[in-house]
Amino acid sequence: MHLRLENISKHFNGTEVLRQVCLADEIGKLAIVGPSGSGKTTLLRIIGGLLQPSEGHVFVDGSRVDYSENKLPHYRAGLGYVFQQNGLFHHLSARKNIALPLQVVHGVSEEESLERAQLLLERFGLVHEGDKLPAQLSGGQQQRAALARAIAASPKLVLLDEPTSALDPEYTNEVLDVINDLGKTGIRFIIVTHEMGFARHACDNLLFLYGGELLEYGTSSALFENPRTLQLQRFLSKLLEWRV
Amino acid sequence: MVERLKYIAGFFLAPKAGPVPHLKGALNYLLVCVIIIFLFWLSLSAISVTFNFSFLDFYGKRIWDGFVLTIQLSASSLIISLILGALVAAGQSTRILPLRYLCDVYVKIIRGTPLIVQIYLFFYIIGTAWGIDNRFIAGVFILSIFEGAYIAEIIRGGYLSLDSTQLEAACSVGFTKKQTLRYVVLPQMITRTLPALTGQFANVIKDSSLLSIIAVIEMTQALREISATTFQLFECYLLLGALYLCLTLPITFASRLFEKRFNYALKT
Ligand SMILES: Nc1ncnc2c1ncn2[C@@H]1O[C@H](COP(=O)(O)OP(=O)(O)OP(=O)(O)O)[C@@H](O)[C@H]1O
Ligand SMILES: [Mg+2]
Repeated sequence: MHLRLENISKHFNGTEVLRQVCLADEIGKLAIVGPSGSGKTTLLRIIGGLLQPSEGHVFVDGSRVDYSENKLPHYRAGLGYVFQQNGLFHHLSARKNIALPLQVVHGVSEEESLERAQLLLERFGLVHEGDKLPAQLSGGQQQRAALARAIAASPKLVLLDEPTSALDPEYTNEVLDVINDLGKTGIRFIIVTHEMGFARHACDNLLFLYGGELLEYGTSSALFENPRTLQLQRFLSKLLEWRV
Repeated sequence: MVERLKYIAGFFLAPKAGPVPHLKGALNYLLVCVIIIFLFWLSLSAISVTFNFSFLDFYGKRIWDGFVLTIQLSASSLIISLILGALVAAGQSTRILPLRYLCDVYVKIIRGTPLIVQIYLFFYIIGTAWGIDNRFIAGVFILSIFEGAYIAEIIRGGYLSLDSTQLEAACSVGFTKKQTLRYVVLPQMITRTLPALTGQFANVIKDSSLLSIIAVIEMTQALREISATTFQLFECYLLLGALYLCLTLPITFASRLFEKRFNYALKT
C-alpha cells in the first residue's frame, strides 16, 4: 500500500502540534516513535481519518483522502484501528465486538459474521472468552480482541496506537507476538510504540517524530545503527539507559 | 462474658467483605420493621387513637378509582415526559441557538420552582387561556412538563458520562453518525440511565399527589375527601401512605436491580 503525506500540519487552538510532515513510501510494517507529546497519536489519527489535518493532504494508493463528513465512514471502514485501551465497545461481548461492524458496515450476514468472529477468536486464543464483556477480560485479552476486530474485515492497513502501553509486562509480549505474527502473514500496519525492541526487530521502517516534525525516516536497522540527528541519538540512548 | 457479647454483636454486623447471609439479613430487616411499628404504636397510644377502618366498605370503590387514576396519570406522564426529556436533552446540544437556550431556560425554570407553583400557574393561567378544562389532561400535561426537565438532566448526564473512546472506536470501525447512535450511544445510555429513570418513575407517582390541589380526583384527593366526611384522618392517611408504598417499592427494587446489572457490565 502506498501512503503519501503532503505537508501535513495540525494546530489545536493556535498551538502547532504537527508541522509540514511529508512522506511518500510503500507501507509494510512501520513504527512511529518519538517523545511524549511529539504528535504521534495526532499523526496516526489523521492517517486513520479520525482527525482532519489543518493543512496538507493524505494520499492512499494515489487517491486523495476526502475528509468530508459523509465520505469518512467509508474510508475508515477500509482500515483497522487499535487504541491504547478501552477501544472495545463495553456493552458488547468480545464476539459481538468483532461481528457487529462486519454486519453493519460491511454488509456481512449475521450468520457469517459470527462464524468469522469465531475463527478469529480461535486464532487469537480467545475461544473461552468469546461471550465475556470487555470488563471481564484481562488487559491482554482485550487488546487481542481489539486486534481481532481491527483485522476482521481484511483492511488494507491496520493502525495501532501504543497497543501495549497500558498493559502489564507479561501481557505486553503476548500482544506484540500477535502483532508480529500478523505482520508475517502480510498484514500491513503502522504502530506507534515505545517498545524499541519491537520497532527495531519486527518493523521494516521507522519514523521519528520530534516536536511535531518528522526528523528521520528510514529502515529501522539504519536508524537504530546510524541515527543522524542529535535528537534521535538522545532519544535512543535515553531508552537504553534503564535496560537490564 | 466478653466472648458472649462479641458473639451477640456479631449477629448485627455485616461481614467485612462480601454479601450479607440471607437469614441474617432477613432477621435484621424484620427487627427494623418491628421497631418502627412499635414506635408508631407507642405514639398512637400516647394520643390514644383507636383505628376504625369501617369506612372502607362504603368508600372502597372511590379509593380504588383514585388508585387507578394515580396509575393512569403517572404512566401517561412518564411516557410523555420521557419523550419531552429526550427532545430537550438533544435540544441542549443543538447548534440552533434559540432552541438550545429555550431548552436551557425550560430546565432551569422548572427545576428551580416548586411543583405546586407550576400547577397553579399552568392550570389557572395557561389552562384557562388555552381552554384546557379537562382536569386529567391538564394534570398529565403539567406533570409531564415538570418531570421532563428532570428526565432531560438524567439523559444529558448519561450522554456526558459516555466514554469518549467509545465514540472514537465507533468512528474507527466505520460507523456513520446514525449507526453510532443506534449501536453504541443508545444501548450504552440505556444501561446507564435506566436506574435513574426508573427511580424517577417513583417520583412521578409521588408528585402526582399534588394534582389534588386542582381537584383531580386521584388517590390523594379521594382520601382527602373521604377523611373530610368521615373524620377518620389517621386511617385515611395511613392507608394512603401504604398505597403509595405498594406502587413505589417495586419500582425502587427494579431500579436497584438495573443498577446492579449496570455495575456488572462495567466492572467485573
Ligand atoms: N484535542 C486536542 N486539543 C488540544 N491539544 C491537543 C489535542 N490532542 C493533542 N493535543 C496536543 O498535541 C500534542 C501532541 O499530542 P499527541 O497525543 O499527538 O502526542 P503523542 O506523541 O501521541 O504523545 P504520547 O506519547 O504521550 O501519547 C500534545 O501537546 C497535546 O497536548
Ligand atoms: Mg499518543
